[in-house]
Amino acid sequence: MRSPVLSVEDLRTHLKTPDGRLRAVDGISLNLRAGETVALLGESGCGKSMTALSLMRLVPQPAGIHAGGRILLGQGDAQVDLLGLPEVALRRIRGKRIGMIFQEPMSALNPVLSVGEQIAEVLRLHRGLDGAVIRQAGIDLLNEVGMPDPARRWQEYPHQLSGGLKQRVVIAIALAGEPEVLIADEPTTALDVTIQAQILDLLARIQRERGMAMLLITHDLAVVADVADRVAVMYAGRIVELAPRDELFSRPRHPYTRALFRSLPGPDRRGGDLSVIPGTVPPLTQTLPACHFADRCRHAWSDCRARPPAWQGDAQTGVLCHLYDPDYPDHPPPDDALEETPDAGNAITDSPAPADAGPAALSLKGIRVHFPIQKGVFKRTVGHVYAVDGVSLDITPGQTLALVGESGCGKTTLGRAAAQLIRPTEGRIQLGGSNLTDAPRAQLKRSRSDLQMIFQDPFSSMNPRLMVGDIIAEGMQAQGLGGNAEKRRQRAAELLEQVGMTRAALDRYPHEFSGGQRQRICIARALAVDPKVIICDEPTSALDVSVQAQVLNLMQRLQRELGLSYLFITHNMAVVAYMAHEVAVMYLGRIVEQGRADEILDNPRHPYTQALLSATPSIREEDRREIIRLKGDLPSPSHPPAGCHFAPRCPQVMDACRRSYPDARHFSDTHSARCLLYPKDG
Amino acid sequence: MPVFLWTDFLLYLLLAGIGLFVFFAARSKPLREPWLRVFRSRMGMASAVVLLAFAIIGILDSVHFRPLQAQAGQDGQPRYAAQIVSVLDVIAGDLAERTEQTYSAPFATRSYVQQVVTDEAGNTRQIFPRLAHGGAHLEGESASVPLDVALRGAAGAIQGLIVWLALAALLVLLLSRRRGLPATTRALWHDQTPLRWRAALLTAAVIAALGGAIIELAGHYHVLGTDKVGQDVLLQAVKSIRTGLLIGTLTTLVMLPFALVLGVMAGYFKGWVDDVIQYLYTTLSSIPGVLLIAAAVLMLQVYMENHPELYRTTTERADLRLLFLCMILGITSWTGLCRLLRAETLKLVELDYVQAANALGVGHMRIMARHILPNVMHIVLIQIVLDFSALVLAEAVLSYIGVGVDPSTESWGNMINGARLEMSRDPVVWWPLAAAFFFMLALVLAANLFADVVRDAFDPRLRGGTGDDSHTPDEQHAQSNVGAR
Repeated sequence: MRSPVLSVEDLRTHLKTPDGRLRAVDGISLNLRAGETVALLGESGCGKSMTALSLMRLVPQPAGIHAGGRILLGQGDAQVDLLGLPEVALRRIRGKRIGMIFQEPMSALNPVLSVGEQIAEVLRLHRGLDGAVIRQAGIDLLNEVGMPDPARRWQEYPHQLSGGLKQRVVIAIALAGEPEVLIADEPTTALDVTIQAQILDLLARIQRERGMAMLLITHDLAVVADVADRVAVMYAGRIVELAPRDELFSRPRHPYTRALFRSLPGPDRRGGDLSVIPGTVPPLTQTLPACHFADRCRHAWSDCRARPPAWQGDAQTGVLCHLYDPDYPDHPPPDDALEETPDAGNAITDSPAPADAGPAALSLKGIRVHFPIQKGVFKRTVGHVYAVDGVSLDITPGQTLALVGESGCGKTTLGRAAAQLIRPTEGRIQLGGSNLTDAPRAQLKRSRSDLQMIFQDPFSSMNPRLMVGDIIAEGMQAQGLGGNAEKRRQRAAELLEQVGMTRAALDRYPHEFSGGQRQRICIARALAVDPKVIICDEPTSALDVSVQAQVLNLMQRLQRELGLSYLFITHNMAVVAYMAHEVAVMYLGRIVEQGRADEILDNPRHPYTQALLSATPSIREEDRREIIRLKGDLPSPSHPPAGCHFAPRCPQVMDACRRSYPDARHFSDTHSARCLLYPKDG
Repeated sequence: MPVFLWTDFLLYLLLAGIGLFVFFAARSKPLREPWLRVFRSRMGMASAVVLLAFAIIGILDSVHFRPLQAQAGQDGQPRYAAQIVSVLDVIAGDLAERTEQTYSAPFATRSYVQQVVTDEAGNTRQIFPRLAHGGAHLEGESASVPLDVALRGAAGAIQGLIVWLALAALLVLLLSRRRGLPATTRALWHDQTPLRWRAALLTAAVIAALGGAIIELAGHYHVLGTDKVGQDVLLQAVKSIRTGLLIGTLTTLVMLPFALVLGVMAGYFKGWVDDVIQYLYTTLSSIPGVLLIAAAVLMLQVYMENHPELYRTTTERADLRLLFLCMILGITSWTGLCRLLRAETLKLVELDYVQAANALGVGHMRIMARHILPNVMHIVLIQIVLDFSALVLAEAVLSYIGVGVDPSTESWGNMINGARLEMSRDPVVWWPLAAAFFFMLALVLAANLFADVVRDAFDPRLRGGTGDDSHTPDEQHAQSNVGAR
């Protein structure tokens, strides 16, 4: 076994805050060997990004303090401790021996410098290249990261590139110094599933070819399952479990890891509740003489709260838990079989058959939303963005219709048009029996109480200057429901209890709550006007896995109790599989395939749906399909390609595809797709 | 007989508005919370006390009346003097009458300007004559002015501190109603009261000592010297406080409705409403502001000369001119804030909570009032304070080109304007400019510091946790902001 190129020993990074010292990284040890990918997995706030910054000695100043430990780079005699080096020496290591890839490709590139200049800067600095050689070396790099037409891209500016291509440039810059260690901080979080698959693939290939060590920081278990050799699970500033990937997924040991796995949504959890981790992460400002997870752990006993656990294992694998400590023979490691939540795994049987359940709760007919592109002083219309281009959907009462698609496909616009926040250019929206599109203002206002919306970002969806009680009561007030102010307040308190919060929240401001709690408040606000249909625009994509489970559980329960219908807009296939009764797949403003959830997930017909499903990383080995590579990015909705919009990226494209947009082909009463690969109906 | 000048009336209205706000804020927790947070910061407390001192002087100077004359009129009716005076003038006593012949330096006993005198022998000599009032109590030439000033200053400061002690005792008694006297005193001493009363008391002590010393000395010396016609510069500077406060506040009062309504409407409705408002303020802000103001003020001057029935005394005339200056400044200065508010509103409208309110069927007016307005208030607040200092300076510039406040109105602008000749004299006459400078600096600095604390308190994003003991970063933040400006 080779010796590590980077080894971290008992690293401690603290941050000075008004509330005292925040122990962001609280003694972690980790080894990285050449040619190995180690994933650092953790939920937001667990200190994983701070670990990455510490490795580069880029902890924000003056708040950050390196409180202890060693970061040893290199092997044998050439080994240096990064924490002991002066800033000048560090500059020769950053970018040269350790490369870093950031999460947000939009902000990692300087918008006023061309791609070439940004790559050349690193080449000049760390490789000492000059003149024409630079350009050649840079173009070679762009080639290596799979940039199409690199010579032309060399001159271009970041805004001319799509998100996926920008991330390739960021990777090229990180590689320009030929580093021994590559740190990738959530490299695919900001990208779509199909692009994410491309980037993960690229990272794996480059790492193999160059024999680098890679530290992949992520919150996404599925990404870990795809590329990591070893996984370090981080919780509240400490590594709680370290194991080879396959071992971790087949036999997780630490109670936190196990709870995390159980809170993942997926098709096998349908109909049942997801298991949740109770409580919250303890504040890292206090020193705990205990296991950080003790308060949320179902196996914890008195010793867990009295003494910090000792690391059980070696530098390659191990777990930080009293259960695995041979000193406590009374507490054996938990048994897998006993831990399965009893109600998980129930089939879809409890949901009524979708067909002929009366009129649709919400019915969209031929919705088009076109935004004019205006130019010049006189605002002449020079074109249109075809954000939504003829979509028809029916939502069955009491059921969930998932609308799936990549960003930019128009799914959010469709959701807002359905909620009458944007007037559709064309088409009809029917809610229950009434038509909304040409309804008079007063009727539209009344009907708003039947149709509510939950938004993606729990931080911007509530007015920071109103108290929670007022936020929830606002809808009732606007709709004239709920009697007087006192009764409305009473009702708001009941709603809060209904979404699993206490009435003490009434007099507090939104910023005092965590993301998951805010999303609950948003749900309470929507429920306040007794809606029949709720449009959920990516309600859990900003949340951590364990919090996502709580919110999804709540939404499922409310659907059962109140008979709500959801239009669930998402890009996350695992959530779709858990929540949806029906699925519609959207591509560039149009629905390309729709049907019941089992039909779409088990038997996708449209090549786009197939690619989308195959590109979704999965933690289960047996679920992993051959990934269908899609070329390029989503085309611009202002100039959709002729014929089938998907044709330019389709792996099974035929000549006929480029001529006209295909009609719907039906495979069953509910399942249809718009693709020429299948024979016409009848 | 009380007299209500137009600006007095508006100032009372403003005070009544503030009073009403305090009344409601005391009852509603969401309104009260952020203000309490302001006073939990030492910087906020201290600057508030300084502002309060300025405000008290300004208000005292705004209570106008015509004093009763000694002998009654022919028909037995009481007779009133034609001259309008304020409470501050009464407090100042005969300071206004104790004029010298011309310039004299601070604490001087002799004139700053040589005079040719002829003595009994018929010889003409050039001497610095003794002042009529400054240091007139000193016997002979041998008396030491610094010693006398120090003694009297100390005595005045002690008197001031005695007054302060009485106030402090009153405060302690008020505070101790709940916790008992010893506990309150101890908490106050260790700065452990929920609101930072210690900072307030310390600031008040400094002001009281300084004020006491100055009042005592002003009776015997010209503390800040005299100007060209021998008037006391201290009195002018103090009387100018009212002008400064009025220009800073009333102008804002005029400007705010334009900026708020138009800015928020442009950002919220977009489309043609936005176009119209944008064209309006683009046009307005492309005309040089000084030109517009000069034109308006000159027109007003002609109008007022043709309509002498609008005012009875010169004081009323000066007041009317001040009021119109505020209005003109307000009408020409709303564009900057309007533009900022439009941009911020454009951003806010896209936020999910506005969309959510739309989805709940909340009306446009209500969305603007509840969701947009409170979230742009911090911009308004900062802009008001920045404008406050800018307006005080604008007044100086306008006075310089002769379209500012009436020459008979005491204002820092007029003082600075006069200083341009004094600065080119040899030896230089520096005290009127220095006096105006220090008074303006104190007012504007206190206002800036206060506004920073207010902004931090009102911005929920800057608030961490309970916010009870987060005064230290607040203060650092406030200081760095001031430094940056």
